[in-house]
Formats: sequence, structure tokens, C-alpha cells
Amino acid sequence: MTAIPQPTLSPDATPARLVRPPPAPPLAMLAELTHRCPLSCPYCSNPLELAARDSELTTAEWAEVFRQAVALGVLQLHISGGEPASRSDLVAIVAAAREAGLYTNLITSGIGLTGVRLDELDAAGLDHVQLSLQGVNAGVADFVGGYRGGFDRKMQVAAEIARIGLPLTLNAVMHRHNLGDLAQTIALAHQLGARRIEIACVQFQGWALKNRAALQPTREQVDEAKRVVAQARRDYAGKLAIDFVPPDYFADFPKACMNGWGSTGLNVTPDGTVLPCHAAATIPGLSFDNVRTTPLARIWNEGAAFNAFRGTDFLPEPCQSCERRDIDYGGCRCQAMAIAGDARATDPVCRRSPHRARLDAIIAAESSAPPPDFVYRRMGRG
Amino acid sequence: MTGPLTPRDRPFLPRGVRLHHDRVRDLPVLLGPETALMLDPVGHAVLAELDGARDIAAISAALAERYAAPVEVIEADVIEFLGNMAAQRLVEVA
Repeated sequence: MTAIPQPTLSPDATPARLVRPPPAPPLAMLAELTHRCPLSCPYCSNPLELAARDSELTTAEWAEVFRQAVALGVLQLHISGGEPASRSDLVAIVAAAREAGLYTNLITSGIGLTGVRLDELDAAGLDHVQLSLQGVNAGVADFVGGYRGGFDRKMQVAAEIARIGLPLTLNAVMHRHNLGDLAQTIALAHQLGARRIEIACVQFQGWALKNRAALQPTREQVDEAKRVVAQARRDYAGKLAIDFVPPDYFADFPKACMNGWGSTGLNVTPDGTVLPCHAAATIPGLSFDNVRTTPLARIWNEGAAFNAFRGTDFLPEPCQSCERRDIDYGGCRCQAMAIAGDARATDPVCRRSPHRARLDAIIAAESSAPPPDFVYRRMGRG
Repeated sequence: MTGPLTPRDRPFLPRGVRLHHDRVRDLPVLLGPETALMLDPVGHAVLAELDGARDIAAISAALAERYAAPVEVIEADVIEFLGNMAAQRLVEVA
């Protein structure tokens, strides 16, 4: 046995720079396998500039990212896109994620999934499916998704998911054009055998920001939605878990966006760029690392974009002296950028933000005017 | 399932909900849809007993013996804990 040399500390061994302790490891990773999608929902959370197919990570590259993610501490993998089923190697990707030790959640519109393919995903170890819902009938759903026949196809996919017994969450994105159908939406989730429904009122990032005037609900719709959810929680207790994400513009305090920047989750885009959140690229001056050139752990621990808004030290007043500082972390950086023009500002949703009046003016103007046409999500047309 | 759990219910973890040992944090966790719950030793001990065959009374008796605790106290704790999990559909009963 050889002695292991021990480092010695001399009295003048002062570090040249201050080192910050490593952040807690992430719990969840969003893997955007592709930006390709047969649907063109006007609220897509993908960026306006979509990644081309030839830039996408390969199966083997994703498998390596998954191994690094597990070593870093990630427990849950959300497999998304675009439409992840647009990847012909989806089954192999799910198998690689399970092999690495991740809980695998497939976030899909259902388009591109067949009974056979779902059986293969089941065999590969897929843990859970989150199926998006654009509306409760073909009229609304195909209008919002911009894809004729999409609703009928989705209902067939839901039946196949139920046949296999894969746990299902319905993810209903709600806005001005379908909030009136909220009670039927919840009923449909139960009827399809879903264990959970996420009622996600559109948050205005990505394409949704571009389509905000067309999607903005009225205050009456929002108040009614809260009543419908409260009633449904009683009616479906123990049968259907209901998660409700209210529209944050109508709230008094901001959402704890990403549970705090760089605290819980990370997002890998189709070409391997690692983002602290979906919309992070809308903040000018941030630079992002790529898993093709930098280990994931180094990106999480030391990446400039992850450290840009980690913690709360960067926050201005009124956040610094606010009792909610460590509850909502000042809200969403991308929203602060979009509305206040400053990513370090208090989220303008907050009643204490000096920019709240701007948000109220937006709500008043947009919800009182007839909705304009959608700008559908399209590749290569930001 | 509606209403509170009873000692005769036979709980189990439904498909898509599983126990996992988190090697990085060295903690047992319960993984489920949009959920990763860090478990304390008691929570882990309860969930590890669920098999869909034995009822809550039997599970509570086994835990009471292992931890040398009064079975009434354990059973009440188990019903409350599993009831909260069932409301989120992380636990189901046969």
C-alpha cells in the first residue's frame, strides 16, 4: 500500500479567487429531441428560431447525455420536442434513458404514435405518457393545432395507451379559445382514463408571446375557470388528480419560475445546447454551453448562463427586502426581459413591480379587443 | 377510490410509480408522474411494504413489530400518509 499524498495548507495559501460552493444537483431534465412537429400550435414553447433536423443529437449522443445526467443527480427525464415521435429512434432513446436509470415521461401530441410503436415504448420501459390536448372536439383542437384530423388521431392514441395500461396525464393548454370548455376538458380526461390532468393556462413565452393578443383570456374566463377547477377537485377527488396552472398575468404575485433559476431543472435542445429554461435564449447576453463540447456537470455547476440568475443576490428592490423573495425568487427572468426590458427586474406580474401597470394595460387592451388571427408555429419563419 | 382509507384496504403502487434509490443524494425517493418525493426512513418503510395483497391492518402490524411501536399509532399514521398519496393517485387500493 502506498501512502496517498495529502495536500498541505500553508498559511498563505489564499485562493486567488473566491470559489462558490457547487449548486445542488438538478432533479429533472427536459430533452427536446427535435423541433420537428406535425402540429403548429400558436403557443408552442419552442423558440421562434427552430433547430434544423441535421443539427439534432444522435441516439448515441442522447444516451451519453442521459448517463451524465444520472451521474449529476437527475431523476426525471421529460422527453419532448417538437414532437418526439417524429424521431424514428424514439424507442431506442427511451430504452437508453431507462438503462441509464431515469424515470421517463413522454410528452407528446400523439401524432406519429401507433399501437405497435406504443407497445415498443412499453417494452422499452416507458414510465408515463403526457398527452397534449388542444381542445375537446375536432373543431377547436384542429384549429388550434393547425392540423386537420389531429384530434381524431389523438383519441385513437389515447385508447391505445389505455389498452396497454401506461399511466396517462392529459396536458390541456387553455386560453381564450377553449377556456369555456374547461369542465368538458376535465370530463374528457377522466373518460380517457387519465390519472392526472394538467390544466396549463398559456404562459406567454416563445410562440405564445407572439400570439398573446389572440390567446389572452378575459378576466371573466379566468374567474370562471377557478370556480370550475374548485368544483372538479371535489367531483373527481381520488379519481383524477388536477393540477391547475393559472394565467400568471392575472395573479398578484409571480410564479416561482423553474423553482428558481438553475436550482431544479435543465433543458437540452435538439442540437445539444443546454438552457436553464425554455425561453432563456430570449435574454440577450447569455451564452450557452453544448453537451457536444462540455460535460453536463460542468455546464450545470459552472456554466455562465446557469450562474447568471442563480440564487437571489442579483434581484433589485422591491424583491431584496420582500418576504416573498425566497418563495418566488422574483419570478420569471424571461418575462422580466419581455415586459420590463431587463432580465434582472422584478417579474412585472408582481403587484409590487413598478412595471405592473404595463401588464394591466396589456390585459385590458387585449381581452377587450376581438382576437387577431393566429401566427402558427412554422420552421424557418420566426 | 373515494373517501378516506380503511384498515381493510390493500394498497399498492400503481404502474408508473416506483421506489428508487437516489445514489447521488443517497436517499430513497418515490418517482411518479411529475413527482420525485424524497422519503424519510419511515416513509420508505411504509411504501416498501405495499404489495396489493396485504391490507393496511397487516402492514401496520408488521411495522409496529419492527419498530416496537403501538399498532394504533402506526395504523393512524399509515392511513394518513397513504391517504395523502392516494389523493394524488400515487397510491391505489385493491
